Amino acid sequence: MNYKIIAYILGKVMMFVSIFLLLPCIVALVYKESVGFYFLVTAAISLALGMLLSVKKPKDRSFYAREGFVVVALSWISLSILGAVPLYVSGEVPNIIDAIFEMVSGFTTTGATIINDLDAVSKSILFWRSFSHWIGGMGVIVFIMAILPMAGANNMHLLRAESSGSNVGKLVPKMKETAKILYLIYISLTILMIIALSISGMPLFEDICISIATAGTGGFGLAGDSIASYTPVQQWIITIFMFIFGVNFSFYYLIIFRKFSQAFKLEEVRWYVITYLAVVVLITINIYNLMGNTADALRHSAFQVASLMSTTGFTTVNYEIWPEFSKGLLLLVMFTGSCAGSTAGGIKISRLVIVAKGIRKEIKKLIHPQHIKITKLDGKALSDESIKSVTIYFIIYIALFVGSFIIVTFNGYDFETNFTAVSSTINNVGPALGAAGPTESFAAFSPLSKIVFIFNMLVGRLEIYPMLLLLMPSTWKNK
Amino acid sequence: MKIIIVGCGRVGYTLIEQLSKEGHDLTVIDRDEEKLARVSSSMDVFCINGNGTSHETQAEAGIKEADLLISVTDSDEINMLCCLIAKKVGNCQTIARVRKPEYDVEVSFLKEELGLSMAINPEMTAAAEMSRLIQYPSALEVETFVKGRVTLIKVAITDGSPLDGLVLKDIGKIASKRTLVCIVQRGNEVIIPDGNFTLMAGDAVSLILPVEESSSFFKKMKIKSSPIKSVMIAGGGTTSYYLARQLQKTGVDVKIIEEDRKRCEELSELLPQAMIVHGSCIDKSLLLSEGITQTDALAALTDLDEENIMLTLYAKRAANCKTMTKVDKINFKEVMDDLEMDTVVSVKAITAAYIIRYVRAMQNSYGSKVQTLHRICDERVEALEFRVRDNAKVVGKTLFELQLKKNLLVCCISRKGKIITPSGQDMLMPGDGVIVVTTNIGLDDIDDILE
Repeated sequence: MNYKIIAYILGKVMMFVSIFLLLPCIVALVYKESVGFYFLVTAAISLALGMLLSVKKPKDRSFYAREGFVVVALSWISLSILGAVPLYVSGEVPNIIDAIFEMVSGFTTTGATIINDLDAVSKSILFWRSFSHWIGGMGVIVFIMAILPMAGANNMHLLRAESSGSNVGKLVPKMKETAKILYLIYISLTILMIIALSISGMPLFEDICISIATAGTGGFGLAGDSIASYTPVQQWIITIFMFIFGVNFSFYYLIIFRKFSQAFKLEEVRWYVITYLAVVVLITINIYNLMGNTADALRHSAFQVASLMSTTGFTTVNYEIWPEFSKGLLLLVMFTGSCAGSTAGGIKISRLVIVAKGIRKEIKKLIHPQHIKITKLDGKALSDESIKSVTIYFIIYIALFVGSFIIVTFNGYDFETNFTAVSSTINNVGPALGAAGPTESFAAFSPLSKIVFIFNMLVGRLEIYPMLLLLMPSTWKNK
Repeated sequence: MKIIIVGCGRVGYTLIEQLSKEGHDLTVIDRDEEKLARVSSSMDVFCINGNGTSHETQAEAGIKEADLLISVTDSDEINMLCCLIAKKVGNCQTIARVRKPEYDVEVSFLKEELGLSMAINPEMTAAAEMSRLIQYPSALEVETFVKGRVTLIKVAITDGSPLDGLVLKDIGKIASKRTLVCIVQRGNEVIIPDGNFTLMAGDAVSLILPVEESSSFFKKMKIKSSPIKSVMIAGGGTTSYYLARQLQKTGVDVKIIEEDRKRCEELSELLPQAMIVHGSCIDKSLLLSEGITQTDALAALTDLDEENIMLTLYAKRAANCKTMTKVDKINFKEVMDDLEMDTVVSVKAITAAYIIRYVRAMQNSYGSKVQTLHRICDERVEALEFRVRDNAKVVGKTLFELQLKKNLLVCCISRKGKIITPSGQDMLMPGDGVIVVTTNIGLDDIDDILE
């Protein structure tokens, strides 16, 4: 374990965090809010810490997968803690665990909140919460990688540890270029959304906050009723963009570079669209009677499904009162999540596709033991090794889920609340059902449960392994 | 530059390693997923699992935007086909590895017809290097510049050599003033020395001098340099064949020991003048009866690195002859430095160095191209030859005034056919050929020598 290089990279991350912290200061200046001062102080602390850690460039540049995982996990933890400082010291979130919960929820693009009364929160903090979604969506390490020149091949271990999805593909030969392209697509789509919403007549501050929160598929709302009070047109715009940010970014890359045949080969995107449309149609039919007309039924159904499937977590309606079938489907898409390589959370469609293919292969093998068939994904052979690793990911996922669920049951809530709260955090969705439903918050859970949720959110965003490795004693051994 | 490499075997891997270090955009195509996984887990490259000769795969790799395609799969035919398709589809230069002796005579025809920019035959290139070493029996490494008019020779300093204890600025007292010591290897260290540096026994020094002075240098250094008359080659692979063929041309007696009977017969047909012995290369009694104690030089070229190293160590002990050892897979250079082996030859490293030289020259379109590039001292030092263009920044100042990089030495200037060993008062002029020795790997323009 090369501790020196870990400290060095962590230092760089903190220096970047200090730059991010300056953005809410600008908001504070515009709205003349005193809370900006706390952001400025935190930025200074963060810069000082960062400079302290990265003052000496380590001589030993050895950096392998283990270091990559540890750096990513530690960066995210320190990012969340530093980000929580202004919330806590400004007194707007008086409990330190709550403040950290809020920021972890922000950076992991979960959007689960412990703030009951959003109207009392200052604009700077509202912006900071939304911005944390944006930076967390594509990943802070990817961001740094796109900007800083870092030691060539080692970057891969970092990008792998931070990116979502079972197999991280590069778009172009160089990691740095790949990171740049990803952020360019990300920024362009975000700007597109800001423009679309501003044309629809949304005030600029809300426009920016909602757009960056949607881009990261986060879901922190600006009002207690989330998106419900916006016009249908605005709700449709948000629906479309939530859907767009759930698509694998390499799809956009291939489209931009006119590699259409390759783009339409992506099975994951195909299944994402099919699943989305099917669930929307089913829920629309199911809630038709409740809504009274097709337009409303379709709009609310399309919005809620896009929101939960892309794990954003905005809501336009209290779906608590929807029929059980619809709630069941919503819970289902919370688990499937969207495409790998997008900003969304969840298990990811690609993993489900791979597991489904693996199951089919195994069953066929029972019938024809000598049968040999190569499983393919996106027109390419899928090795048994990758089917195996996805299956194992599944098992760990379920184990963590069950473990968290058991701890959370101590709160005394009903089964629905506990189950969906855990699934909402581990899938980075945001709202759950029952006592943590769309109109409620996570404030009432015990501190222990909140810590479990914090862990779950990080596990969900970093795809389990970095956080798990952090807990393994053998990670820290030098030999 | 955007480079596509087809095949990531040993040469491919070395190439990827070095070209990615130099900052090129690399896309690797191979059919073996495991090999690709190994490459992509350790280097920043783009991997495509597929058949390099398929047009679709090449398109996926971005052949249209590529500057260069290098095909180094096991098969010559696949390599040539890859390059042919690449040439037709894209607008890139192509390099193919063509190694079969059958194609040897047709290489220029193939190059022309397939539009190859370069066809490299690793075994023949390695054999050429070895045969050059045999011409300078006392040298550990020999490289040439300025179309063979300047040589860079690496020799070991033994106890009692005139070089032992010499301060470099006094070298003119014992050798020609045109001799320049440019690299000293002491233990694991590689030093680019200045005038106050003192040589010691045990050092390996590399000197640059005009080729016509090399034999007198050896005489003055009291290094025995009796010409090599007989060479024993262990292993009858392709490299051995090429080496034997070249040595025979210069009248050296060649004896090849090969284990496989059929191969022995083939060799005997190909090399009628050589003596082909059928037997194991590690059979001591066979070696002794075939006269390993009397041979002038031994080239250990079997497929097994371990066998080659052992054989060399034995030959050193039994005969103290000049040895050349092929080591391709083992890369414990630190350990091998300590062993008593004269020259270690790696076919893949030589191949990679040739291709990289081409890439560097291609990269630079100004005209102060790298003309020659040699990687010496386990690839830790590069010796490059540049042509100075008219508007280069280095023109018009004396070397003393130029802010040269550290660990860099301007060793030789060739101006209008004259070879100059530069001092601080010399200036670089447009049109000059300049040889630079440096540990700063990766220079590709003459102006890069400046700080």
